[in-house]
Amino acid sequence: MSQSIGIPKEVFPGERRVATVPDVVQKLMKLGFAVALQSGAGEAASIGDEAYRAAGASIVPDAAGLWSSADIIFKVRAPSRDEVNLMREGATLVSFIWPAQNPELLQAMAAKKATVLAMDSVPRISRAQKLDALSSMANIGGYRAVIEAAHEFGRFFTGQITAAGKVPPAKVFVIGAGVAGLAAIGAANGLGAIVRANDTRAEVGDQIKSLGAEFVPVDYVEEGSGGGGYAKVMSEGFQKAQRELFAKQAKEVDIIITTALIPGKPAPKLITAEMVQSMKPGSVIVDMASEQGGNCELTEPGKVAVKHGVIIIGYTDLPSRLPTQASNLYSTNLFRLSEELCKAKDGQFNVNMDDEVIRGTTVVKDGVVTWPPPTPKLSAAPVAAAQPKPAAKAVTPDKRGHGGDGEPMSAGATAAIFGTAAVLFALIGIYAPAAFLGHFTVFVLACFVGYMVVWNVTPSLHTPLMSVTNAISSIIIIGALVQIAPPIAAAVFGSDGARPDDIIRWLAIAGIALTAVNMFGGFAVTRRMLSMFRK
Amino acid sequence: MSGSLTSVAYIAATILFILSLGGLSNPESSRRGNLYGMIGMAIAVLATILGPRVSAGGIGWIAAALVVGGTVGLYLARTVQMTQMPELVAFMHSLVGLVAVVVGYASYIDPTATAGMNPAEIGIHHTEIYLGVLIGAVTLSGSVIAFGKLSGRIGGKPLLLPARHWLNLLLLLAVIGFGYWFLSAPSIDSGMTPLAAMTVLALLFGVHMVMAIGGADMPVVVSMLNSYSGWAAAATGFMLSNDLLIVTGALVGSSGAILSYIMCRAMNRHFLSVIAGGFGGGDAAPKKAGDGAQPAGEVVAVSAQETGEFLKEASSIIIVPGYGMAVAQAQHTVYEITKYLREKGKNVRFGIHPVAGRMPGHMNVLLAEAKVPYDIVLEMDEINGDFPDTAVAMVIGANDIVNPSAQDDPSSPIAGMPVLEVWKAHTTIVMKRSMASGYAGVDNPLFYKENNRMLFGDAKNMLDEVLTALKS
Repeated sequence: MSQSIGIPKEVFPGERRVATVPDVVQKLMKLGFAVALQSGAGEAASIGDEAYRAAGASIVPDAAGLWSSADIIFKVRAPSRDEVNLMREGATLVSFIWPAQNPELLQAMAAKKATVLAMDSVPRISRAQKLDALSSMANIGGYRAVIEAAHEFGRFFTGQITAAGKVPPAKVFVIGAGVAGLAAIGAANGLGAIVRANDTRAEVGDQIKSLGAEFVPVDYVEEGSGGGGYAKVMSEGFQKAQRELFAKQAKEVDIIITTALIPGKPAPKLITAEMVQSMKPGSVIVDMASEQGGNCELTEPGKVAVKHGVIIIGYTDLPSRLPTQASNLYSTNLFRLSEELCKAKDGQFNVNMDDEVIRGTTVVKDGVVTWPPPTPKLSAAPVAAAQPKPAAKAVTPDKRGHGGDGEPMSAGATAAIFGTAAVLFALIGIYAPAAFLGHFTVFVLACFVGYMVVWNVTPSLHTPLMSVTNAISSIIIIGALVQIAPPIAAAVFGSDGARPDDIIRWLAIAGIALTAVNMFGGFAVTRRMLSMFRK
Repeated sequence: MSGSLTSVAYIAATILFILSLGGLSNPESSRRGNLYGMIGMAIAVLATILGPRVSAGGIGWIAAALVVGGTVGLYLARTVQMTQMPELVAFMHSLVGLVAVVVGYASYIDPTATAGMNPAEIGIHHTEIYLGVLIGAVTLSGSVIAFGKLSGRIGGKPLLLPARHWLNLLLLLAVIGFGYWFLSAPSIDSGMTPLAAMTVLALLFGVHMVMAIGGADMPVVVSMLNSYSGWAAAATGFMLSNDLLIVTGALVGSSGAILSYIMCRAMNRHFLSVIAGGFGGGDAAPKKAGDGAQPAGEVVAVSAQETGEFLKEASSIIIVPGYGMAVAQAQHTVYEITKYLREKGKNVRFGIHPVAGRMPGHMNVLLAEAKVPYDIVLEMDEINGDFPDTAVAMVIGANDIVNPSAQDDPSSPIAGMPVLEVWKAHTTIVMKRSMASGYAGVDNPLFYKENNRMLFGDAKNMLDEVLTALKS
């Protein structure tokens, strides 16, 4: 028997998203589910009941009827106490839950023998990206943050030269380049602003640059990646350098968008009251972390506040302010999760706790609280190298690449190589004269330098590498040069003919001419090739 | 210019050469890197000419030789087609080898070279000459054969003489024997015979070595000869007691060695087995080992028109070029198509296998010549994960590097070789002249897959038609 999915109208004040859109209703029905919708659930997102009915959903007039009839409930916000009371015994709920912040809610739902999947607890691994609702919402939030800022900001974003005078472009500073931050960078850049961005994780610098913004790093060396691709709390020295950087930026820029969050902790206070004071009047701060307390000391969560002439936007519902888009993406995430849960396409949820993604997402299983899950096995952090690869990736591509960081050799092989080298060196040391040893030292060291340098050459430049090393190997010309007319020859032997001058000279001339072909040709052709490489 | 000044100039040149190689770590700094190389070379040559070891009488000769050689070199550099780069590189390697031989002989017959040396030093000096000439001669003849193979003057099939490993061993023993004779020769004249004999043997060895290597292994051979030319320079440096030559030779030598290693790994082959020649060791199991594993299924051929339709509908496209693109000189048309598709807002990228083409980085150079921006040209490791999200993967004149049996069929001769996983894309289109197998002589199950389409014909002509179809 197939299960029914119910979509209630969101009750949280100001919430305009809906958990499922008509397109997804159709896809869910293809998986075998029946779909019921509370009348008016999609209205705030500009989707009428009619559209749902056309897609095949049945419309239930009130919340009580929907909650009591559905086997599975799809929601956006975590359920209120009233909603939990309406819930059927043994039902399944999929929504944002924030289990760390809402332990009583978990208990209440466990008491209902429910199974609860929290969309905010989807593990951050590549396989689960398609269900990562936090990312899709953050993306929307970042875009909307820029739109809100533009709305409050009294000037153009883009610079213009008009008949009525010159307009300087707005300068936007984005703190935290996670999904939201990157979306904000993209949107602000699209509006024509000059965008700068900062993040504690140095590895996101390239992503920032790829979106057309300038990466402003904190001038202090510390690794900023925590587990699961999130940032971590930084040391005191780092924080001081960071504050100095932000204070400097605050004086220069017109708009600051902050997105800094640390999982399970209140948002770090990055923008102090003095920094706000130092900003130009009419500047805007959008504090995307306001729900977790805010990155700015003066943020009032949920409101727009004007402090020291600076407009501080503390909206906590940015994704909901783009309800149609947000509902679309969120419901697609839900659908992807449903696919994972219903691999047989028989209209039945199968909460398989051996699946890493489903295990992480499930916070209550048949009335038992299963949160928190064991730590995910994979992270984007550099320490990942020391961790076992997740079983999900059966065929891992050989990532040894260039960089010389291949698998370490077995101890035996290493010992053998070192042993051979030691014997060889000992023999050379015993028998070779001193003059040879000097050259030999140079030779061995040069081999090592070559080894180090060449591993850094990017594979796309291997052909130029060959032609330039080829050109450089024409240094052999020196061999011919010193033979052509050495002054010693005249001094020691005079012209008594012991040195076959002519033969040597002609050999040397031939050598010089041949190497010259190589030298000039090699460098010229390398130059020609390299000038073709363009972005 | 005094001796010390020359030494200092040599140090400067050394540093510039290292910077030159370091500059190649990314395309932006690479142009500066090349400039460093040129400056370093200019400094080294000037310092030598003006230094104490060249008297004023030689400068005229040097200038003349430089002008003649330089003119030829610049002419070659200007006129060479980018598709002919492997040949040019091989040709240039042969020159380095030849010069090493010439310098070695000149040094041997020059009595001033050994003036004031004690017998042990003379022994070492002669050993160095012998080694320099040996490596130079192998580089010379090996490069000439590689040049012939790459330019199609010699067939690409490996030439496998019977008992060739024994033959090589015999040559090696003979070379050692002649070396003993050479070192114990009382005078220069009597030493000439073993030196000349060894040179001949070394030349034969170079010919034999490269003749035995199949066409698909050419990237390894080219980079290996690159390495040899470096070692030849280093040996010459020992011979002349010149540190700059030693350092530069070592740099070039290790660079070539690393490249060879990278290429071997990209084919999942052991370096020795490539050098030993033939594919799969030649006398090992015959290629038709897996007769039962013949891929079954239909090959679906499409027209250029239909290919155009596929591309029009696709939102993301990955193009995988191979040697076939180089042969057909199709890179410019590929770029036209890329440009057109990108203007339409499609995500078009290139996936490059490390051994695509006939030398390391060959495809990158061709695409760069056609003005394809390098940030959409990705390495195998970077792009392999993206195939499942790709609508169309277009393979142009490549075969072995996209063969799924490298992963699926442990009995395949190319099992374990890393490949581009094009078959994971929604649709693959393979452009080929015919159903013939690649250099590895292995059938490709990709062609029989359900989501694969074949577009038969010359890559250039077909792509031109595809472009017309796209624009219509």
